[in-house]
Amino acid sequence: MTRRDAGSAFLTAKGLAIGWRTRVESPLAAGIDLELGPGDFAVLVGPNGAGKSTLLRTLAGHQAPLRGELSLCGDEVGRLSVEERSRRAACVFTDRFDPGYFTVFDIVAFGRYPYTGARNRLGERDLAAVEGAIGAVGLGSLVGRRLAELSDGERQKALIARAIAQDCPLLVLDEPTAFLDAAARVEIFHILRDIARFSGKAVVLSTHDVDHAIGYAGILWLMDANHRFMAGAPEDLATSGAMGRAFDGEGFRFDLVSGAFRSIEADEPYAIGLEGPDGISRSWAARLAERLGLVVQSGEGGLVKLGSVSIAEGEGGPTFALRSADPAAPVLEAASYAELARLLAALIPERRGPYR
Amino acid sequence: MKAPSSTPYLLAALSLAAALLFVADLAFGSVRIPLAGVFDALTGRQPDPAWSSIVRVFRLPKALTALAAGAALAVSGLILQTVFRNPLAGPDSLGIGAGASVGVALVVLAAGSAAGSAFLSGLGLAGYALLSVAATAGAFLVLLVILLFARRVENGVTLLIVGLLVGYLAGSLVSLLVYFGSPQKVQVYLGWTYGSFSSVTARQLPVLFAASALGFALAARCSKALNALLMGERFAESLGVRVKGTRTRALLAASLLAGVATAFCGPIAFLGIAAPQAARRAFRSSDHAVLLPGAALLGSIFALAADIASQAPGGGSVLPINPLLALIGAPIILSLFLRGSRERGSAQ
Repeated sequence: MTRRDAGSAFLTAKGLAIGWRTRVESPLAAGIDLELGPGDFAVLVGPNGAGKSTLLRTLAGHQAPLRGELSLCGDEVGRLSVEERSRRAACVFTDRFDPGYFTVFDIVAFGRYPYTGARNRLGERDLAAVEGAIGAVGLGSLVGRRLAELSDGERQKALIARAIAQDCPLLVLDEPTAFLDAAARVEIFHILRDIARFSGKAVVLSTHDVDHAIGYAGILWLMDANHRFMAGAPEDLATSGAMGRAFDGEGFRFDLVSGAFRSIEADEPYAIGLEGPDGISRSWAARLAERLGLVVQSGEGGLVKLGSVSIAEGEGGPTFALRSADPAAPVLEAASYAELARLLAALIPERRGPYR
Repeated sequence: MKAPSSTPYLLAALSLAAALLFVADLAFGSVRIPLAGVFDALTGRQPDPAWSSIVRVFRLPKALTALAAGAALAVSGLILQTVFRNPLAGPDSLGIGAGASVGVALVVLAAGSAAGSAFLSGLGLAGYALLSVAATAGAFLVLLVILLFARRVENGVTLLIVGLLVGYLAGSLVSLLVYFGSPQKVQVYLGWTYGSFSSVTARQLPVLFAASALGFALAARCSKALNALLMGERFAESLGVRVKGTRTRALLAASLLAGVATAFCGPIAFLGIAAPQAARRAFRSSDHAVLLPGAALLGSIFALAADIASQAPGGGSVLPINPLLALIGAPIILSLFLRGSRERGSAQ
């Protein structure tokens, strides 16, 4: 996050406490300081129940903060009317709805609601904004289609286009990639990052896709299981261990090398050696070993080494030769990943797991 | 909203259908009057005083009542279905019909000798007036409870449950009154529950029309916000809609429309649910700027058609509107559902 004058920030929070107002003051999270300005792309991650949705609702003005200062484009959020707020922050929430006969155009045109009159007639500027937003998410060919006929990914894009058409400095999206397939998730992250980058809006979204969050976020917002809020560069939060601690759980760990969460095997893991040139085949062989619960080890370590695999590039793809740690055993050959997986699995001594 | 290009034609066609049914409703009845006779009676050139008085005193108020009440119930149902985001919502599910029933049941069944005897002695004009006032009062009492909750409750589904509970409460009051009522009085009350457009006199018509017009105007003012509300309350709020205020105004319109129609015509339940459904499918639209007039027209058409059908037996006997409407309307709606389900995607 670059330093700038307080005046140019779209969103500033100081000592913010969020949660539901109950008889006893018990905020879900407190002491939140954050700032978002033009071009910022913030991604909020954290385990379920950390308070991500509550934070986003509060930032968008849909829920009153319990304590602290929160200003949207220079004005205290609580003092803004619903109408004023709708011109400063556009939100996409996860609520289910029945789109009825509304088309993609109709849905995106909802974004112009704060600007149209009582009869909801779209002027030239409104039409341009709607068309621009539809183009930005790449739904140009589906303008006249009913939302009910679209896939989840296309639906989500239409809702994002609605928020873009609303033409607010701040875009708030609660889990826009939930229920989407892998390709659509990448696309949504891409679209939102580009909006922040090229339109000068500030975008904040929450997600459970930690790897995309690390890969795309300009600023990573982290809420841990104890509702502590942290903001920083994704790399700083990952390497400092904050990321791993935030998802406080048994049986998995945040792997610093791959930047993803990996399960921890119940027993002391076995190791396997990999020999061969660096490249696609070697990296996928390493993935295969990890999938089987093996640790890929180059030298000698404290772990029990089961053997080593040497990789050779053949005509029809890579071939593998598995040399067992037992010198008496023969060298086994595999011509595909599936065969290699079978050979390695046969090598692993029987383990005691929770299901046996 | 981009409306399909066929929308204006469909609206025109439905208006024409409503007009034709209106004229037909004037012509059909125990005494069949030719169309020329109907027009002459309306323009005052009818030489036959019997035909003239049948058309002007009985049939015209009845047809106008069907026109207004049908539209009022349909628009009321449309608003309720949108506010509660539930295609099964209708004036019934809010307890408005039940509230009106309590008012009527109190007057007919429990009132002292004065009111009671007024009904038993052939249902005079004063009796009907009292009935209308009681029904309106009952409907509005329920409305007040609902509105009170609408200002406090965040969630439309909760509000729907409140409406159902109030409806049960009112229904049980009616049951108790019926249980302890004398057989003749129960008979009078049951007569009201069958539904009829013929109990409104020319003098009461302005009340029905004024209240309906007020309700339509209120509904039309909410049209833009209702579209947003259809997408969810948080969605609407993020667009700058004052959700609670809009909901309160919309419910006020719905209650006024349903209350006044129920008071004058009895608890006609079917129209309020069916007409909005039919309008959505006919216009293939979810836009309230289209659906409000569309549902109103279809409500009028259903009501007029039911009124004509109720005269069918001839010989002075008239079928009750309420069962008739469901009998004719339910299969039509079911067939619409069947046709709709073949198209991909759901529209509520």
